[in-house]
Amino acid sequence: MANGDGRTGLLERVQEKTTELMDRVRGSQFVESVLRPGSPFKKGYTDSPRNRSYVIMNNVLYHLHPVKVKRHGVKLSYTLCLGGLSFFLFILLTITGIFLMFYFAPTADRAYADVQALSTDVAFGSLVRNMHRWGAHLMVLTVFLHMSRVFYHGAYKPPREFNWVVGVILLLLTLLLSFSGYLLPWDQLALWAVTVGTNMAGFVPVFGTQVKFALLAGVEVTAATLLRFYVLHVLFLPFIIVIFMAVHFWRVRKDGGISGPL
Amino acid sequence: MVEIPEELLRRSAEAKAKALGLPVEQVLAEMKGEKPPAEAERPAEAPPGTVPVPGRDPSEQVEAIMSAPEEEPQPEAPQPATPTPSAPTPSQEAEPQTAPAAETEPAGAAVATAVEEEEPTPPPAGNGARKATLVEPRPVAPPKGAPEGVRTQRLLTVVKARAIQQVKAEPADKVNTWPHLMLNEFVALLVMTGFLLILSVILQAPLLEPANFNLTPNPSKAPWYFLGLQELLSYFDPQIAGVTVPTVIGLIGFMMIPYVDRNPSTKPSDRKFAIMLYTFFLAGSATLTILGVLFRGQGFNFSYPWRDGVFFDDLKDWIHFTE
Ligand code: HEM
Repeated sequence: MANGDGRTGLLERVQEKTTELMDRVRGSQFVESVLRPGSPFKKGYTDSPRNRSYVIMNNVLYHLHPVKVKRHGVKLSYTLCLGGLSFFLFILLTITGIFLMFYFAPTADRAYADVQALSTDVAFGSLVRNMHRWGAHLMVLTVFLHMSRVFYHGAYKPPREFNWVVGVILLLLTLLLSFSGYLLPWDQLALWAVTVGTNMAGFVPVFGTQVKFALLAGVEVTAATLLRFYVLHVLFLPFIIVIFMAVHFWRVRKDGGISGPL
Repeated sequence: MVEIPEELLRRSAEAKAKALGLPVEQVLAEMKGEKPPAEAERPAEAPPGTVPVPGRDPSEQVEAIMSAPEEEPQPEAPQPATPTPSAPTPSQEAEPQTAPAAETEPAGAAVATAVEEEEPTPPPAGNGARKATLVEPRPVAPPKGAPEGVRTQRLLTVVKARAIQQVKAEPADKVNTWPHLMLNEFVALLVMTGFLLILSVILQAPLLEPANFNLTPNPSKAPWYFLGLQELLSYFDPQIAGVTVPTVIGLIGFMMIPYVDRNPSTKPSDRKFAIMLYTFFLAGSATLTILGVLFRGQGFNFSYPWRDGVFFDDLKDWIHFTE
């Protein structure tokens, strides 16, 4: 808006300059090289069917999503987004978990104090720990519900049989991840829940004792178990589950996208 | 000149003979250079459908041809000055004409067999595009003594798609992933983050006394997702409840579901039995878990949460029936 003496207002000038600067930045060679054609952040993006295809096809998203999906699959009421939420919770758990790793030493004399210090000495420590813990419980829940949703839709029927098998392995890995994390605070709850849990493994016929021994790094929970569960929890199991998730998502697409409609 | 193994030469001659309808022996002789070619040829001219780019590596060209049917429209490519009406502007509903239908295998996809040869094999005149394709050799003459193991690929046999793969694509009602699916996902992600944040602000995760090997809490409970099993353990022999149920029925049984359930229908009305079984499983595991969480007290004996309190430390700070 021009003011009385014909000069433009300060706000307007700032706006103008900002737009100009943004255009310069977005048109620069660097930004141009980062964004692939069709990116909605690119200068001059227009919403056209063609660009809608490019947004997926020309970007890293193409590893996860096809350009088009069945209309009924997009409806929230079909998948309830449970698979997607399981995956998202996994990401959240990874992020919060990395944060926690900075403040945690997996040794019998430090673990408990470190977890306690999260609530007293670390900025947002308590919040992040809570998110990690409740997120883990939630993920067990969403994965289980996702499995139930898949069952009720009969979505494991040909050609998706194998993806169901991969799914069962994912469920097992999710449970193991949660269980191995349970020991880490090294409090009474952790110690005895894991003792009860691993006692069940001891009932496996023939190799029961061996399985239990391998899990616990001994005949009962000790400081060595803490280190073992820690490595399983932060490295081994996440590594394996990511591989299985990659196969799982790949097969969802290759088996013809989401199942249905019913 | 590199010797071509006899059986390779023979295989390629057989393919060519079949394509041209000539006797194998004659073609083989031609290939070996013992006889002049029977037909007039278009020397080194690429058949329609392939665009050999001079100077590009022949193996790259093989790839280019193989992927040709799924070639994506590349906006970077030089475009005509005036916009052509035939430019792909897929409507939101219709499948784009150019390849964005990337999920369905392109019908024209084919297997390409490259046979290694020194001399360019003449293209079968007439049926180039469909049956056999000659990729133009590198314009630079290959060095006389090519190093061991370095060979150029020349002859490309394109097999008709229908012969080797089933094309199952059916027209389906589809929408663009962006924005329709991505938007839903984004909202779900925000809602979940918000929910988890609020939960974590309200509820403090439990941290009891430091681990003490000499002090067994009473009762000792497994994490909640194993409490159903622990509950079973209190009814059955450990061999059954600790092993048979979780590993045999739980894991192996579940993995076998798709192979045991031979009913092809996904309609709920056709799968009453399966749905009933699964619902029993759900109800059963929920009951067992709730029993284990709330109704088990000292010594894992049955107790009423409203009378004896809750013995479940995960929820220690937020379920209070008794004061
Ligand atoms: C870490 C755990 C898991 C993750 C992250 C995950 C993720 C996903 C995602 C994102 C989808 C796409 C559709 C949807 O959201 O429903 C999907 C589909 C599917 N999942 Fe999972 N899943 C997991 C565990 C499981 C389990 C435990 C099973 C079964 C035992 C399973 C079986 C399937 C099947 C059969 C499909 C195809 C469904 C269809 O086409 O309708 N998944 N999964």
